[in-house]
Amino acid sequence: MFNNFPLWPERASSLAPGVDALYIFLVILSGFMSVLIFAFLLFFAAKYRRRPGVLAEQIEGSNALELTWSIIPMFVFLAIFVWGAALYYKMRTPPRDATEVYVVAKQWMWKFEHAEGQREINELHVPVGQNVKMIMTSQDVIHSFFVPAFRVKQDVLPGRYTITWFKATKPGTYHLFCAEYCGSQHSGMTGWIDVMEPAQYQAWLSGGTAVPAAQVGQQLFASLGCVTCHRADTQGRGPNLVGVAGKPVLLEDGRTVTADDEYIRESILNPGAKIVAGFKPIMPTFQGLVTEEQLNELVAYVKSLNQIPKPTSVTQNNSAPSGAPQMQVQ
Amino acid sequence: MATTAVTPERANYLNAEYGVKSWLLTVDHKRIALLYLLSVTVFFFLGGFFALLIRLELLTPAGDLMQADTYNKVFTMHGIIMVFFFLIPVVPAVLGNFLMPIMIGAKDLAFPRINLLSWYLYVIGGLLILHCMLTGGVDTGWTFYPPFSTSFSNTKVVEAGLAVFVSGFSSILTGLNFIVTVHRMRAPGMTWDRLPLFVWANYATSIVMILGTPVVAITIVLVALERTLHLGIFDPKLGGDPLLFQHLFWFYSHPAVYIMILPSMGVISELITCFSRKRIFGYKFVALSSVSIAVLGFLVWAHHMFVAGMSLYAGLIFSFLSFFVAIPSGIKVFNWTATLYKGSISFTTPMLYAFGFIGLFTMGGLTGLFLAALGVDVHVTDTYFIVAHFHYIMVGGVLMGYLGGMHFWWPKISGRMYPEFWGKLSALIIFLGFNLTFFPQFILGYMGMPRRYWQYPPEFQILNVLSTAGASVLAVGYLLPMIYFIWSMRYGKPAPDNPWNAAGLEWMTSSPPPTYNFDETPVVTWEAYNYEELNKKKEVPVER
Repeated sequence: MFNNFPLWPERASSLAPGVDALYIFLVILSGFMSVLIFAFLLFFAAKYRRRPGVLAEQIEGSNALELTWSIIPMFVFLAIFVWGAALYYKMRTPPRDATEVYVVAKQWMWKFEHAEGQREINELHVPVGQNVKMIMTSQDVIHSFFVPAFRVKQDVLPGRYTITWFKATKPGTYHLFCAEYCGSQHSGMTGWIDVMEPAQYQAWLSGGTAVPAAQVGQQLFASLGCVTCHRADTQGRGPNLVGVAGKPVLLEDGRTVTADDEYIRESILNPGAKIVAGFKPIMPTFQGLVTEEQLNELVAYVKSLNQIPKPTSVTQNNSAPSGAPQMQVQ
Repeated sequence: MATTAVTPERANYLNAEYGVKSWLLTVDHKRIALLYLLSVTVFFFLGGFFALLIRLELLTPAGDLMQADTYNKVFTMHGIIMVFFFLIPVVPAVLGNFLMPIMIGAKDLAFPRINLLSWYLYVIGGLLILHCMLTGGVDTGWTFYPPFSTSFSNTKVVEAGLAVFVSGFSSILTGLNFIVTVHRMRAPGMTWDRLPLFVWANYATSIVMILGTPVVAITIVLVALERTLHLGIFDPKLGGDPLLFQHLFWFYSHPAVYIMILPSMGVISELITCFSRKRIFGYKFVALSSVSIAVLGFLVWAHHMFVAGMSLYAGLIFSFLSFFVAIPSGIKVFNWTATLYKGSISFTTPMLYAFGFIGLFTMGGLTGLFLAALGVDVHVTDTYFIVAHFHYIMVGGVLMGYLGGMHFWWPKISGRMYPEFWGKLSALIIFLGFNLTFFPQFILGYMGMPRRYWQYPPEFQILNVLSTAGASVLAVGYLLPMIYFIWSMRYGKPAPDNPWNAAGLEWMTSSPPPTYNFDETPVVTWEAYNYEELNKKKEVPVER
């Protein structure tokens, strides 16, 4: 309808129709309120314009009216709040079956690493119909991952992970923007999201000779010496990491935390922060010894330990079937 | 008026003393208001010049007018100058300074010397920012987000911070002065429920000034410490937390929006009542809505951070609270509209500006609902949608109120009438130019164009061209009043004491007022906006 003059970007994710529905509702509501107020203003201005001999009538006010125009908007606002909050909750809660892409942002570049090991810069290939979770961090300043066609935006911070997710619904190439001002080439920190049909995507995936992130992480785990303490039994000086990811962990100080990506990351960079119950704070920090990418690969490896005893090579094939039912839904 | 020009001019604050020293060392609140008028006008046109550079660069998708780094410095300067050196001081320091004491029947503010000190602090801050600009500038955006500002930017961040820090004390002292003045200096009979709503609005603003400004001052000091001494406060590499900065910054900078808009809302209440010849509809609700905006304004800061990496639950709470601050703003708009009902409305320049204010503020306020709604905010935050939204409030709202007020009180300030035709024309040009500039930006933002972009994809060009065209119309609109106000100081018709037959003590003294405002301290026995009695008097005709 608005081919030459679009009023919203392409709707290419499962979240986009919901966001647009609320947006259009708000456009109609605020259009209605504006017209109402402007109509009253113009009507009064015309009807009660100054005429000789006609005096203004003094009116004190009306508590009933004041209550009306406080309470009715309040209920409307509550409804908008609930609607917006429901969308936000969905945006902030990645589905469990999502495939993971690690994102490292830096001035002025987006670096992506697929779970299967493919690495890309300023371009990200994803299949239609698959939930994709972006696990993002920055190497320097704050950036923001913004794909208008997906209605998705999330700041990317240095020193921690932030998460967002989407499910692309329409093949095509869509803008990726950095939405948080990050210095000289902020407006050049753009890229493309290539949404492909699942078959094409599989072909694209098998095109390279990529090593899965978890497998690279496994090599790092060995070469950095992690394996000497974090053994796959109970004899290690550090906790056994098999099956830890995503589970609650009891800490030495009595607290319980969930071993999410952020916790695993923190435990590598700042091991003393949250000591697991029963262990001593003997682990050295790896701050400065591993790059953001290596950190992501280590985290990916620790998470892959949940799938043991399957050999790692199977992990790659695992992702395809888990995505398959989703594709049929679309 | 058949006033003869032969009678010697009455003694007033303008002719009481002459010479540069009599201005620079004055403690008369009216003269200080004029010092502010001059200095904020300089900064307004400087900030406006940067705005034009931004709009010119964005005329084409490619970054071709200036370098990326230059562009970044230009929008940073535009933001810092307009926010800290124009919008925050403009209405309280110019109109508030001039009118607050007169409106409550006082001779001056409670602390006249501190008032002068406020102006000097403002000027020192202003000179510091000019110095920063001329020696290389700053490229962090007016928001100074770390770790970019503390560890990465190679520009004069500390210098810019210092300028904002110093000018902040000017705000704090003005706020303090107003609060004490309203509490201690009211004329006999001027009870709280008889205060003009402009006074209420400035009183509420002052509370925000003294509670909020110290927080941004501290935050700027922390940025400077991290930048110079590498103390780890905000940069994660040094052990800091960048979100901490955003919380501290917005704890001030969100209420700062109310520092800007509340005084203009006060102006609008004065204009609407006078030109519809009516008392305000729901005086108590309008007065208390100012105070509740000031209080609620402190509880919503993190709605600037819904995608910043805050927890889901923090997002929910701040979204919920943000909707509540919209209610008192709505109350004001509804009460102004209701005030027109059964009025006797005339369409003078100030009234046209008041209509313009209600129009632009309503649109700015309603688009605020989009941003408070979490799911939509995620998409539109940090895009041109938000740029359009806050310009509707901060430029549409604040400037319409300010210019409306300037026209309304210009006869009192200068003793001269401005040319009515040109006044009406300026109101019309500004309203149209403003909408042409900023309305396309709502669509642009929803289409996904991020803010602070020096170059952009070609599909965004049409809307950007419209916006730039609007900006040039707007520039003409803003230049006009400056030209005819200056013209009227010499050639304008002498103003009667009460050209509008308006209520309020400021209209009961001469135009311009004598140095101590009143020959005798007035005793107030009537309510604010007693247009019932005034309407019975014969209206003083204004020569147009």
